Parts: sequence; structure tokens; C-alpha cells
Amino acid sequence: MSADIPLPHAPPLEGWALARLAAALIAVDPGLGGALVTARAGPVREAFLDTVRALINEDAPWRRIPAGISDEALLGGMDLAATLKTGRPVMREGLLGEIRGGAGVLAMAERAGPGLAARLAMALDGPDAPVILALDESADPDEGAPRALAERLALHINLSQVALGDLDAAGEGVDRETAAMARMHLPHVLSGEAARALTETAAALGIDSLRPPLMALRAARAAAALEGLDEVTDAQTVLAARLVLAPRATQLPRAEGDENDAPPDDPANDRETRNEDPPASDDETPSPDALTEITLEAARAAIPADLLARLEAGVPNARSRAAGKAGAAKRGGLRGRPAGSRRGDPGEGRRLDVLATLRAAAPWGRMRRKGWKRLAPGPAVEVRREDFRIKHFKEKAETLTLFVVDASGSLALNRLADAKGAVEMMLAQSYVRRDQVALIAFRGRGAETLLPPTRSLTRAKRCLAALPGGGGTPLAAAIEAAEALAHGAARQGRTVTLVFLTDGAANVTRDGHGGREAAMAEASEAARRLRAAGHGAIIVDVSKRGAETARVIAQDMAARYVRLPAGDCGALAQLARKAAA
Amino acid sequence: MTPVFPFPAIVGQEEMKQALLIACVEPRVGGVLVFGDRGTAKSTAVRALAGLLPPIETYEHCPYNSAPGSAPVNGDGRSRGNVVSKPAPVVDLPLGVTEDRVVGALDIEKALRKGEKAFEPGLLARANRGFLYIDEVNLLEDHIVDLLLDVAATGENVVERDGLSVRHPAKFVLVGSGNPEEGELRPQLLDRFGLSVEVETPRDIEMRIEVVRRRDAFERDPHGFCAQWASEVDALRTRIAEAQGRIGALETPEAVLRRASEICLALGADGLRGELTLIRAARAAAALNAADEISLEHLRAVAPAALRHRLRRDPLDEAGSSARIERGLAEAFAA
Repeated sequence: MSADIPLPHAPPLEGWALARLAAALIAVDPGLGGALVTARAGPVREAFLDTVRALINEDAPWRRIPAGISDEALLGGMDLAATLKTGRPVMREGLLGEIRGGAGVLAMAERAGPGLAARLAMALDGPDAPVILALDESADPDEGAPRALAERLALHINLSQVALGDLDAAGEGVDRETAAMARMHLPHVLSGEAARALTETAAALGIDSLRPPLMALRAARAAAALEGLDEVTDAQTVLAARLVLAPRATQLPRAEGDENDAPPDDPANDRETRNEDPPASDDETPSPDALTEITLEAARAAIPADLLARLEAGVPNARSRAAGKAGAAKRGGLRGRPAGSRRGDPGEGRRLDVLATLRAAAPWGRMRRKGWKRLAPGPAVEVRREDFRIKHFKEKAETLTLFVVDASGSLALNRLADAKGAVEMMLAQSYVRRDQVALIAFRGRGAETLLPPTRSLTRAKRCLAALPGGGGTPLAAAIEAAEALAHGAARQGRTVTLVFLTDGAANVTRDGHGGREAAMAEASEAARRLRAAGHGAIIVDVSKRGAETARVIAQDMAARYVRLPAGDCGALAQLARKAAA
Repeated sequence: MTPVFPFPAIVGQEEMKQALLIACVEPRVGGVLVFGDRGTAKSTAVRALAGLLPPIETYEHCPYNSAPGSAPVNGDGRSRGNVVSKPAPVVDLPLGVTEDRVVGALDIEKALRKGEKAFEPGLLARANRGFLYIDEVNLLEDHIVDLLLDVAATGENVVERDGLSVRHPAKFVLVGSGNPEEGELRPQLLDRFGLSVEVETPRDIEMRIEVVRRRDAFERDPHGFCAQWASEVDALRTRIAEAQGRIGALETPEAVLRRASEICLALGADGLRGELTLIRAARAAAALNAADEISLEHLRAVAPAALRHRLRRDPLDEAGSSARIERGLAEAFAA
């Protein structure tokens, strides 16, 4: 077993060996919450699940949690069939109750909504917490498991690089007896200096929440217990940083020498407090700062390649952003995914939830039958109006993608052609996605809605047939027109994404006068007002070299800034679709 | 049962702790909203209240925690038993909870077995004279939140359904917490919470290490850790109980009232609810500090929490509401 945890100077564990060790840690300390496993469905992922299952308590329940599970199934409720049969209320435990003290496998975790994540998080925080193994199959870095859940699962494992052959090559792992012994030993393991090293490492990696360092410490203790140690040593600290902290990095640690001024507020002050404090605690033990350095280095080396590339490019970790803007779920709808049922009368498109209605009526059966004066026996269940339950659905709000195209100057024709192409491409697929598209063009003295929100490809084609270009750039007027249109659509429950194709060089004010400075100021103000409205927005800079003005407007609007040279309507359509999804 | 993390052992987060203590002393302050990052001890602090609240006197079998001497709840014929001392309730309201569970519903067991109509009290009854906590309040169904705020404001739960007609006291402090990333709270709901605090993860590295160390110590040996903090918890509990006794007698000087109005005007906080909350919170703060009267200091200390969520939104102002509060307060107190 000790072969599994290398000394700090030995080559670090990778791939399957690391994943298998993570499985053992979960078995030793279920308080780690579980694992977020990034992998496609396949034998490697199954092997990992089997490994966990083989190591945890064999009587423990093991269930799969569908990402679209209803509250009823998750939290439990009355079992109608049994209730009617026995004549007394029979409650059925929900899935969360069933997996108490056991494990739940959440397949397609990237499809789970914040609601499910919050309910699972609640179970993880509560007594007899289950182990959750969230399987993340997302292909796109913009997707990913909900953060409230990912945060609580200590170990983040990526199996996508593990080949089937690696499984056999890895040899024997930890067996169940060893894991069970380690579990017994765990309460006696001391943390030593690992707390400092892991907290400092987490801070250097830009991890704000305090849960990760805490869970890293738990992981380190579990690893020490597995080794039969009484105190966490450097090797387990390093291991924990690799398993728990590295995948959560949001920034690269600064190079040697200036690693302390990560929060740029007051570096001098920071350094002072740090240099004064440590001597109090590191007299006899190996210097915690040295341990931090080793730990940080190991964590840095273990940052997943794709994340590393993003961090190096200075792109904020996509998963650290709030989940997509669109798809704002609308409740109480008449279609979509089921979202439970509520009391109410059917009709006007509301559908009766027969099962829930019977369930509501069932307990009254006997009492109501008492009132029956007839000799003939009444029905088993008597349904009255107050029992009616109607189905509620959650549906993704329709989206409106609003193109606002700069038709001024020489590039005008190209830009318009791009926008038209993108509109047509999006509409071609919008039937499935229930998207609407609209187009506003601006040139000369004002902005004009060329294509009101529509889903009709034919109509769009007719509207867009001809449009002249050239003239000044009335950007403020265009932003205002866009805002008005977006506002109307939002009131109808649509989620709006605005795509501006412009170089941002405003030179016509709202009242139609020239003047670059006044026009820019007005455009900035309009952009800020649009920001307050909270729609998603992209500024596509179509100038040849990238224009500072477009960047400024994007900042005012809190919009994403993208440079896209003219002539690629396919890329534009894709961009717009991504922004809305 | 695993004990809860001791309240005084929570490192930092002074504003949140103060707001919760104020709500313990003066429940009429109208609920506390805690918004902030993940892993900032939001839930820990609220759950820790359970170990902190002075016990309440009530009837042994009363599901509504009725005060001694109060009239029995109509529509509930059960015998209440003798007056005993019970721990003040801190009730967790889980997401996905049904309306029936919250307000109470027909007792199905009795209906089936005996064909009898009886009321089965819900979570609102259990939370009477204590705290009702909703984690991830921004994910709770809107109709449930509306219902909770209504009951919290009136202090009474009226159930007219299933042929039942029951009204029972439901005076509780509503505490909601959430992460703004998961979705905003509707503005109408926002200002119905009395106090609102924003929590941030601590930036100071030594503080962060202390947080991790204490939590680690607690997880390894919960009982031992709580024993270590027992005397501090006792002291704080006594302080709350004394403040509860003292608050009724506290005077509100004219100058404080005037300044409260000035602050609200200067900050453009809507409605009178802000002023009322401000004074109530300041009074509770004074009581907690064993002061003889409310001072301007108390007012200033509670103003951010009492007013932060009542500012009108100004799309052209980039500063967050906390920064604007500080600016407004600095102006009001410089005068």
C-alpha cells in the first residue's frame, strides 16, 4: 500500500494511479464529499466507480442520480399505491434519504441545474452525508458541473487522458481492509503544519473560498491514515494540493520573489505580517514556508493542461463564471421539464397531474365515504375540486439574438453581408432551439430596425434583401434602439443577447449632429445604461486592426469584446449562439 | 448528535455576527439576509445560533412553542402539558420544501386511520419564537418566499385549506443566505429583510490559516472543540439574555432619531422601513454593549447592514452599494 504514495522527490503520481488513490481517500474519509470526475462514459470511468464501490462499506447504498430528477423522487413523498392498499399513509423515502451514509453517482453533472446542486449540497452539509460522484462529461470549457456542488466535492479528477491499458499496468491498489483500517485510524491523525502550507498554496492559486484548503487538509489526513502515520507529512500535503487545489486554480502563482503580492492592495504590509508571524510556530518543525513552496510547486505542476493554457492566456477560468446568461429558467410554464405540481384548476393549457391529484385525495377517502348515504359502495378514491393538482413545468426562456450592425463607411456592405449570413444560419437552426433573431442597422443619422424579432427564415430573407450602406456612425442612437427592442423582448419573457458589429467609432450624436467627442460620450452613457439592463452582450470588432473605441464601448457595456475580421458569417453565427447558450 | 460549531469560534465576519446577534436581541428587526461567496461560514454562523440562544419557556407538548399563559391555538384540541424550558428553535427550511410542509396541513395519518380532521403543524409552527433559516434563499420558489415574508411580517400563520381553519402564532426571525452568482433576489424581497450583510472570504493569510485550523480541529474532535469554547459560548449567551432584558428600557435620544433620518435622506433609502430598522438595530447594538442609551456610534455601526439593500439602483454609479453606504455615512457624520 505504501507504494502508492511516493516521497516528495519521487516522480509524482499521475493518471490512473492518482485517480485510484483518490478513490481510496474517499473510502477512508467520506467527509471529503466525493469526487468530480471529468471523463466521457467508458470503461475507464466505470473502472473508477468500481474502485470506489469496492473500497467503501459494502452494505452502503449505491444509487445513480439522474440530472433531471424531480424533487418528488429526490426528497420523497407519499407512495400512492401502497397508501391506497394499506389504508394508511405510506411515505416513500427520496433518493437523498436512500443514499444517506452511502454513495450517489450523478451522471451528466454538467446538465444538473443549480436547484439540484443546492439540494445535493444540503445533503453533503447535513448529517450522514453521502458520497457524491459527479460525472462531468462536458466537452466545452464553458460547461461544467454546477459550482455549488463542485465546491463541496473535494477531489477533482480528470480521467480523459487515462487509457484502458493503464489500468492493468498500474498493478495492485489499496484493498478494502487497508481502507477500513485507515478509516479507524483517521481520527488519530494530526494535521501538523499542513494547514498553513495548504492555505497559503490555495491563496497563491487564487482560490477564494476557504473550503478547498480545508478539504485538502482532510485529504492529506486521509492519505496519512492510509499510510498508518500519526501526523500528516510533506508527501501527503503535496498529494492533497495536487488532488484538491490544483484543479481549482484561478491564477498561476507568481514567480519566486514576488509571490506575496497576489492581492495588490498593500504588498508591503502583507509581507510584513507574514514575515513577523511564522517564527512563532516553526521552531522545530521543518519551516512551513519551505513546505508551502514544495506544495505550491507540486500543485502548479499538477494544474490540468487545458486549465493551464487558459490561465497562461490570462483568460479567467470559464467555470469560475456564473453559468450561462441565457436559458434563464422560467417557472410555471405550460411546457418544458416537469417542476412539480401545485394546487389549482386545470384548463387554459394547465394539465391535471393525475397522480398528484389522487395522492391529495387518497387520505380523505374514508372520511368522505362516511358522508355517502347510499348503500352502494363509493369509489375507492373520491376526488373533489380541492384535490386538483396541476402540473408545473420549467422551461428555458426563449432567446432573442439581436444583431446591431454598423452600416456606416466603407466596410458597411461586408458587415451587413456577414450579419445577414449569421442571421440566416441561426434561423435555419432556430426551430429546434426556439430562438428568435432580430437585426438593427445604423448609419447616417439614425438606427433602423430592419428585421423585427422573428423566427421565420422567409420573412428574414425578404426583409434583408437590400440595404444601402455608408455615412456616419450614430452609435448612441443604435444602442438606444437596441435597448428598447431588448426591453420589449425581455418583458415577454425572452432572454436577450445583443451582438454589436461595429468599430465603435461613434461620430454622430443622438440628435443627428456630427462631433466625435460628444458622440462617444453619448455612446458610452447609452452603453452603461444598457449594462444596467443586464442583457448579455458581445461587441464584435470588425475593424481591420482592432479599434480602441470598440474596446471602450465594450467595457462600458460590460460586454464581451471579440475581434472578428469581416467575411466570416459562420464564425459569427457560432459566436452568437455560444453567447446565448 | 454532532454538536454545532461554536459561534464565537468563527474567525472574522464581524458584520455578519453582529447582525445575527442583533436579531437575537431584537427579533422585530425583521430578518437577516447574508449574501456572499462560497465557503465564508454563512451557514455555520446561522446554525451556531442554536447553541447560543437563551432557552424559551413553553408547554411540553405544544407544537407551536406557545408562551406560557397564552391562549391555546384554536382548531388544535391537543393537551399542551406543563410549562418547561426548551432550547429556542433554529429551523432549517430545505429547498424543495412543499407549501404543506411549511404552513402545515391536514394530518394524513389521522384522516386515514380515524377519518378525523386534524391539523399537522408545519415548519412555521416549529420556528415560532426562534429562527427560520433558508440556505440558498435565491433558489427557493418565489411563492414560498412570499408566504414566509408575509408570515414573518404579521407574526401569525393563517391556514384556511382542506376544510381546516387554523391560526397560530409564528413569530420568527427569518435568516436567508445565498450566493449572488446563483441568481439575484427579487428587489421586492430584498427590502423586506431587515438587515443585509455581504460576506467576503478573508484576505489575510494568517486569518485564513486560523479558519482552516479551527475547522480542522472541530472536525477531528467536535466535542473536545466545543468544550474548549464552552465558556465563551456561555458568556455570549448571557450577554444576549441580558441585552434582551435591557432593551426595553433603552432611551432613544432626539439626536439619534434626527441623525437616522438624515442618513436615510442622504442615501436616498426608500421608505420609512429603513429608518425604523436602523433605530431598532441601533437599540439592539446598544443593549448588547450594555450602554445606557443609543449613541451615534451604535447608529453608525449598524447603518450599513440596515440600509445597504434599500438604496435605489443607479446604473451610472459604478461603486457597489457597500461603498456608497460608506461614502454617505462619512458625509452624514462629517456634518
